[in-house]
Amino acid sequence: MDFHLSEEQQLLKDSIERLMRDCYGSDARHKYHGEQGGFSEQMWARYAELGLLGQPFSEAHGGFDGGPVEMMIVMEALGKALILEPYFATVVLAGGILRRAASEVQKAELIPLIAQGRMKLALACAEPQSRYDLFDVETRAKKDGDGWVLNGVKSLVLHGEAADRIVVSARTAGDAREKNGIGLFPVRSDAPGVVRRGYPTQDGLRGAEITLENVRVQALDVIGDPAAAYPVIARVADEAVAALCAEAVGCFGEMQATTLDYIKTRKQFGSPIGSFQVLQHRAVDMLIELEQSRSMAMYATMMVGETDASERERAISAAKVQIGHSAKAIGQQSIQLHGAIGMTMEYRVGHYFKRVAMIDKLFGDTDHHLRRLAALGGLIGRQASSSRCSRNLEEPVRATL
Amino acid sequence: MDLSFTEDELAFRDEVRAFLRSAVPADIREKLISGRYPSKEDKIRWTRILAEKGWSVPQWPVEYGGTGWSPVKQYIFSEEISQTPAPEPAGSGYDLGGPIIYTFGNEAQKKRFLPRIVTLEDWWAQGFSEPGAGSDLASLNTRAIRENDHYIVNGQKTWITGAQYADWIFCLVRTDPAAKKRQQGISFLLIDLTSPGVTVRPIKLIDGEHEVSEIFFEDVRVPVENLVGEENRGWEYAKILLGNERYSITYVGISKLRIQRIKDLAERTRVGGERLIDRADFREKVAAIEIQLKALELTQLRALTNQSKRQKGTPDPAGSILKIKGSEVQQAIAELLMDVVGPYALPYQSEEDLQNNEPPIGPEWAATIAPAYFNVRKVPIYGGSDEIQKNIIAKVVLGL
Ligand SMILES: Cc1cc2nc3c(=O)[nH]c(=O)nc-3n(C[C@H](O)[C@H](O)[C@H](O)COP(=O)(O)OP(=O)(O)OC[C@H]3O[C@@H](n4cnc5c(N)ncnc54)[C@H](O)[C@@H]3O)c2cc1C
Repeated sequence: MDFHLSEEQQLLKDSIERLMRDCYGSDARHKYHGEQGGFSEQMWARYAELGLLGQPFSEAHGGFDGGPVEMMIVMEALGKALILEPYFATVVLAGGILRRAASEVQKAELIPLIAQGRMKLALACAEPQSRYDLFDVETRAKKDGDGWVLNGVKSLVLHGEAADRIVVSARTAGDAREKNGIGLFPVRSDAPGVVRRGYPTQDGLRGAEITLENVRVQALDVIGDPAAAYPVIARVADEAVAALCAEAVGCFGEMQATTLDYIKTRKQFGSPIGSFQVLQHRAVDMLIELEQSRSMAMYATMMVGETDASERERAISAAKVQIGHSAKAIGQQSIQLHGAIGMTMEYRVGHYFKRVAMIDKLFGDTDHHLRRLAALGGLIGRQASSSRCSRNLEEPVRATL
Repeated sequence: MDLSFTEDELAFRDEVRAFLRSAVPADIREKLISGRYPSKEDKIRWTRILAEKGWSVPQWPVEYGGTGWSPVKQYIFSEEISQTPAPEPAGSGYDLGGPIIYTFGNEAQKKRFLPRIVTLEDWWAQGFSEPGAGSDLASLNTRAIRENDHYIVNGQKTWITGAQYADWIFCLVRTDPAAKKRQQGISFLLIDLTSPGVTVRPIKLIDGEHEVSEIFFEDVRVPVENLVGEENRGWEYAKILLGNERYSITYVGISKLRIQRIKDLAERTRVGGERLIDRADFREKVAAIEIQLKALELTQLRALTNQSKRQKGTPDPAGSILKIKGSEVQQAIAELLMDVVGPYALPYQSEEDLQNNEPPIGPEWAATIAPAYFNVRKVPIYGGSDEIQKNIIAKVVLGL
């Protein structure tokens, strides 16, 4: 057991944090937000330079072979800076699909472009009725000659407007809510029949509702088995949750530090408000929540590569629930301890508060994951079946955290 | 002890209900149901309808336009207001400024200002907080120096709700910086916001709304006739006003309406292949909040029916209990709505977006839910923070 970062991992962490410190202060973020598309193309290029866009991909395709720990490091740093760029959508979501299911030819075509910052992607796996059940797919893909024709509506596509290609889940067989019969279809965003309605999200990022009307995809572009892609989607969703947990911890750390600073300096009744015992205890509660959620984000990181689905899902769900609780506990206290200033757009904590509230709504909220964990038997005891030592990892985890 | 209403109260309830049902403009009612804010124009329109009926300032004494209703009837009225729903009789003029003016103001002030509050001809704002004086209000720095028959006011107020709509503001200002106790050097001034030297700067809150503003006063000349009561006694008056404010932010009626809405939406929302309302764990969560709300309602009724027995004009610690619990219930409800809406909490759609005739993104009811969750953060902060209320209870009630 080792919870420390290796030297290389520490270097990675330092270099991203340095970049963020230099280029992602509040004013810079505000400026990027006002740029075309709502984020900074220049920062995107910096991420490419630093190797962040290729991080989880294999070296053969221009990547860095990073594992879950590297992804945790990156996401936490990006969370701390509250970035606006479509990193999660491109690298974690759509990139995850490519990594897990694309053919060699497809990878060789797309991954170098992603790693160099020349292509952005999005994953369209949710629909208006699906909520958090990603197998609830009504969008249809019909075989037509040597290709497929897609019809349907995809919802809440993160950064759908910025994407050059959108990986769409669509049903090739079976009934709605059946896990079989789902395929993954990369659609060019300028293809005829693709209509994107973009909008800002509550946390200052972007989303899109996407309508597909007779959109053609060539057979050779389809990713993986057109009738059996759900397991890939589920795996990527678990990776997404692990990444979001790390991002949230980055946000929590900033909220905790900013609030602590504030209560040491803000004076009322002639004393720093941090001298009032009731606020001291709140500050302590925030620290405890931060540590608990950091532990669970690490847990998700170390378990995300687990091939035993039940083991993996229980760990991922447990982490997401912890993050959801901490998002409320830390988020709400960080505003409360600031008083009115904490509620303003001009001040930073409110933006973190909104981001972590939205993270709770992505890839399953607290209720959803609590239910999934309970249905799988919880984490401890006979009902939870296999134990941690019998874990079955697909890749040797360099989980020295 | 008896929970039931008398014949007379029942008849009163029917009268109020019938009136409200027919009187509330449909567009305003629609806004309230969907959790949006009535505009200034909406509030004025509604207040004039109420004023016509004689009900726009129900809690005021009859001589100033009030109703003389018993506490139970007041309760029935506000219950019916929230169930209709109709806007509350609105504005800081009604629940905060007016009572100070009729309790401590002189005849000329009453004649001049009160009728215009009854019909909402004047919109009032509350100017207490300053950047350096929040919880510790008595440390306020806005200075008023008497020069013949004027005060010259300099300083800054902040977090002023609705300042962009307001015509007048009632302010706490420092008139005697040398007073032995800080509280003794403060006066209560009524200031015309169109006076030269007043600048209002909007502040955007995290829900994207411009709810509050900061106001700068630069050599603003305020006639001495706008001083309420005696110079340097403003703190005493303000303390009473803050007690009233606490009662008014308990919002039992609105919380009931929200619970009803949660249940309606949960009938329309499908989760994991079933209706959300059919899930036992969800219904238990709702029930747990309903219990808290019922207890709060009864506690509030007990406090209200007791009020008549209390000595007039003294601050009331029961308001602190109601404020804290009301704040907790409102927060729990906002969180529960987030659980109902799920992923469609994400899209940000402003009022203008929604009025642009484009179909809403996600269910038509989704857009207000995340902003409401962000906005409810104010409740444990304003009106004297929940921590400060607890300090008050610890000191005044428990003698600690
Ligand atoms: C939406 C909104 C609308 C408002 N509208 C108005 C208005 O119309 N007019 C107006 O005058 N003001 C208004 N206010 C201001 C409000 O009254 C103040 O925000 C409030 O009094 C708290 O002051 P502060 O924000 O300066 O926080 P601070 O006083 O700096 O408090 C920061 C934190 O410290 C805690 N704290 C402070 N002292 C103590 C203590 N002794 N013991 C324990 N904890 C303590 C507080 O509870 C809070 O959690 C509004 C505020 C908001 C958010």
